[in-house]
Amino acid sequence: MGFLSKLFGSRPVIQQLPSGSITVSRNGDVLTTTVSSTYPRALLREIAREVLRQFYEARQAQLALEELSLHFGSLRITARQIQGGAVIFISPQSAQTSAATANIKTLIPSKN
Amino acid sequence: MGRTSSILVVDDDADWLEICRDILAQLPSKAEIRTAGTGARAIAQLDSQPSRLLICDLKMPKVDGLQVLAIVRRRFPDLRTVVLTGLEGEEYRSRAYSLGVDMFWLKTEMQQNTKMFLDCVESLLGDDGAGGFRGIQSKSLMDIIQLECMSRNSTLLQIMRGPLVGKIWIRDGELIDAEVGNARGEAAFHRILHWKSGSFETRPAETERERTIFKSANALLLESAQALDESNNPQTEFIERGEHQKTVWRLSLLAAEGAEFVVTAPAEATGKIETIGTSSAETMSAWARRAVENSRRLGERLGAGPLSHVAGGGLQLRLLVLPREDKSVLVGWPADADDSHLLERAQKLVASWDS
Repeated sequence: MGFLSKLFGSRPVIQQLPSGSITVSRNGDVLTTTVSSTYPRALLREIAREVLRQFYEARQAQLALEELSLHFGSLRITARQIQGGAVIFISPQSAQTSAATANIKTLIPSKN
Repeated sequence: MGRTSSILVVDDDADWLEICRDILAQLPSKAEIRTAGTGARAIAQLDSQPSRLLICDLKMPKVDGLQVLAIVRRRFPDLRTVVLTGLEGEEYRSRAYSLGVDMFWLKTEMQQNTKMFLDCVESLLGDDGAGGFRGIQSKSLMDIIQLECMSRNSTLLQIMRGPLVGKIWIRDGELIDAEVGNARGEAAFHRILHWKSGSFETRPAETERERTIFKSANALLLESAQALDESNNPQTEFIERGEHQKTVWRLSLLAAEGAEFVVTAPAEATGKIETIGTSSAETMSAWARRAVENSRRLGERLGAGPLSHVAGGGLQLRLLVLPREDKSVLVGWPADADDSHLLERAQKLVASWDS
C-alpha cells in the first residue's frame, strides 16, 4: 500500500453519500445500520441526532410528527419515530429519482 | 304491506343478492325484499309489481345499472333509488346522482357500516307521503343548504369532493356543526362552501350531535358568498391592496389547495411572521426556521446538496416546509390529505402567497 501511495501520490477524497437504514435509540445512539461500514460513524450519529432533535422540537411546537423527511438535492433522509427512537432511511438521489417527488408513505412501511 | 314497503334489489351476483336479503331483513319496517339478476328482469318486475325502493348495482351485463336507473327514472318517477356498487370512482357517483338517485353506496362501505345503510334505507321507505325533487345537480351547495334550512329540516349533508369528505349537520333548519378533515365548526363550513363541485348525500339526522356553530345559517352563507365572490375575482386584490383583501386572497388560496394553514418563518428570528389558518403561528414558525437551519447544516456536513424541503406527517396533520432565501414557508394539511401532490400544491401556494 505504501508503495502505491508513493507511486500515485495522494488524491483528494470525494465524499461518499450514505445509503441504507439506521435504527436509533431515544438517546441518539445508532443501534443497527445497513449503511456501509466505510461510511464515517460520526456522520451517522449526526444524522440520528438531528432527526431526533427535529422530532423533539416539533413536539414542543405542538406538531406531533410521526414521520419526517429531509429532501436534499442529492440525498433524502426519511424517518419514522418509534418508541422515542427512530428508524431512518437514507437514499441518495439521482437526477431521475429526485425529479419524481417520492411520497413519504411509500418510503416508510406503514405501522398498520 | 303493498307498494310502500317493498324493496327490489338488482345485481348480477346471486351470492350478493343473498347477502343483501339477509341485511335488509333487519329493517325495522320488515319490508318485502325482492331480487332480480338482470336489469331487464328488474324493469319487468317493477311493471308487474311496483316497489317503493330500488337498490341497483352498476356493473351488470347487457343492461347496466346506469341504463336501468335512466329507464326507471322516466317510467317510475316515484320510485326511490339507491346505487349499491363495487365501482369506486367519482365519475360513477356523479353520473348516478345526475340520474336522480337518492343515495350512492359502495358495497364495502355498506358492509362496514350496515347500521347506517339500514337507517338510510329505512328513511327512504318511511318517506312515502313526502314529495320532493331529485336531480338537483345544477344547484350550488349554498342553494341546497338554504333549502334545507328554510324547510326547517334536520339532516346530515355529506359532501364529497374527490378524496375530501365534508359534513354539515342541520337540526330544525339551523346549522349545528360542520366537519372536514381536522376542521370543525365555522372554519369547516366555510371550507366546504369553497368547493365548487362535487357530490352530496343527505343522511339521517344525528340529533345528539354537539353544537359548534351558533351563527345563523343566513349570516354564514352570506360570509361564504362574499369570500367566494372575492376569491373568484382575484384581480380586485391588486387594485385595492388592503389587508382585508390580502387575507381573503390567501384564504382562497388555502381553500384552493386544500391546505389547513400557512405560516411563514423569516430567516431572522425577529422578522415578521405571516400566517393564516392557525393560532399557533409563533411556535410553528420558530420550529420551521430551526428545522430549515439545522437541516441545511446537516446537508452541508453530508455534502448532500441544497435543501429542497422538509416534510412531516402525524396522526393529525401533514406538513411541508419550503425554504426560501428571506423566509421559509410552512404549509399544513389535514392528515387525510392526498399527499401525492403536496409538494406541487405547496409550491403553488407559496408562489401565489405574495401576489
